[in-house]
Amino acid sequence: MSVRADVISQILQIRGNTKKESPPLTDDLVLVDSGLDSLAIAILVTRLEDTLGFDPFAEFDDASPPVTLGDFIQCYENAVKLSAVDSRPTV
Amino acid sequence: MPSNCLPSIRDQLCKASDSSGRFLWSAAASVSLGDLLRGSSLGGRLPGLLGRSVLLATQDQLAAALALVELDGVAARLIICPPDLPAEHLHSVMARGGVDAVVSDQGLGGPLCVTCSLTITPVKSEQVERRLTEWVLLTSGTTGGSKMLIHDLRSLTAAIDGLNLETDVVWGTFYDIRRFGGLQILLRALLGRGSLVLSSAAESVGDHLLRLGALGATHISGTPSHWRRVLMSPQARAIAPRYIRLSGEIADQAILNSLHSFYPQAAIAHAFASTEAGLGFEVNDGLEGFPASMVSARGKVAIKIEDNSLRIRSARTALRYVDGEDQALADKEGFVDTGDIVELRGDRYYFLGRRNGVINVGGLKVYPEEVEGVINRHPAVQMSMVRSRRNSITGSLVSADVVLKGEPDLSSANNQIADLKREILQICRESLAAHKVPASIRCVSVLELAAAGKLARHRA
Repeated sequence: MSVRADVISQILQIRGNTKKESPPLTDDLVLVDSGLDSLAIAILVTRLEDTLGFDPFAEFDDASPPVTLGDFIQCYENAVKLSAVDSRPTV
Repeated sequence: MPSNCLPSIRDQLCKASDSSGRFLWSAAASVSLGDLLRGSSLGGRLPGLLGRSVLLATQDQLAAALALVELDGVAARLIICPPDLPAEHLHSVMARGGVDAVVSDQGLGGPLCVTCSLTITPVKSEQVERRLTEWVLLTSGTTGGSKMLIHDLRSLTAAIDGLNLETDVVWGTFYDIRRFGGLQILLRALLGRGSLVLSSAAESVGDHLLRLGALGATHISGTPSHWRRVLMSPQARAIAPRYIRLSGEIADQAILNSLHSFYPQAAIAHAFASTEAGLGFEVNDGLEGFPASMVSARGKVAIKIEDNSLRIRSARTALRYVDGEDQALADKEGFVDTGDIVELRGDRYYFLGRRNGVINVGGLKVYPEEVEGVINRHPAVQMSMVRSRRNSITGSLVSADVVLKGEPDLSSANNQIADLKREILQICRESLAAHKVPASIRCVSVLELAAAGKLARHRA
């Protein structure tokens, strides 16, 4: 499963537990309007940490927080790319 | 030191005519109370300890029990070292307690060192002037060192006085008798005409249960965590207690129900007790929490709830801290704040958790014990521990470690566990505010217990 698919799947799961009506998950969707409150976003980050093995927001203190869903997914994709670079053989 | 108007343990044992058939059993040895009354485990050196401030520091729990019987009424002060006291704290405990004699089975140095052992040597009975000994107990505080609290035999046994004393009682406890919960059981066994099967740190749960069963333990006491482990043991059927007692942690409905269905013959009580507040009260109706009618009711124990915490005033509370310490033990009206947070629902108070164990989720409080109580309702859950998990967005979130009953079916283990987690979360969502629902659940094979038999909560 791609990082994007992981993020979307977790959001759907978390939103599925609430009875609120939720907008479609597009890249330009503003996170705070996505039907996820700050607690739900925290839970999302924790679940993704369990699935992917990292929390990009814990590791980059100075990064500006993601505003849209696209930004959010980008944070995860960037972290995956970085870790791929880090783990290249040095010889 | 005022003369003692309460007979010492030894005097009370001497009065009881049936001590020869009564025993204290450890995993490796046993001593008849009759033999102890005719001799000494201190090699006849008891008179030298008269009026002293004695540190009792033994490796062996039975040796400690024997020495306690002899020293009560003789020593001015008796400081009981719990088995897990870090060695580097020993000097500070001795200094704070004004220790001028040490009783030990491990050759500790010190001002005056008397060796205690399991060998009872016959001694001539000597008339010694009895006094009311101060018993100093250490709390199981995990941060900032232990608190040292002074009790005396009167406060420690006020709850035992007046109980119907059966003669064929064999007590068993999962506690260590050098802590408040275990000491209560030792005193019940000694002063209540019973015998006692001691625990042993080196023994497995299964072996301990087999020993309790073989010795015919009728009354068994431990924390809810101890009892959850019992129910996980293949040897759980080795015991058939008439009386089960839980204390030291919140007894939730799930553990009360599980024990009732596993041991239908047993009366089950959960007690509220702490080193500071002494034995507060017992609840015998099989339900978690306690009836609201107990608050403000007239009786030997007065209960009030202030700032949501349970406060107790009775003759059973500790007398004071050893060195005056930082804070008063009781408020102006004599109530001891237990630090246990309760909530009134209908006509009952329910325990939410410890005030200092709270998890802060985005500014909202979560008591781990409240969430554990809900998780434990799932029929497949044996026990659980809720902890704080750092989160970059809210600071902390609630996370749960869960021990399942039995092994999941390996062929479908992953699906089965995923389903169980979903069901547990569903129960949580139905019963708890959103911020209290665990963000993540881990299935683990075992949860660590601290020496006092409570879940080892590693608090930041």
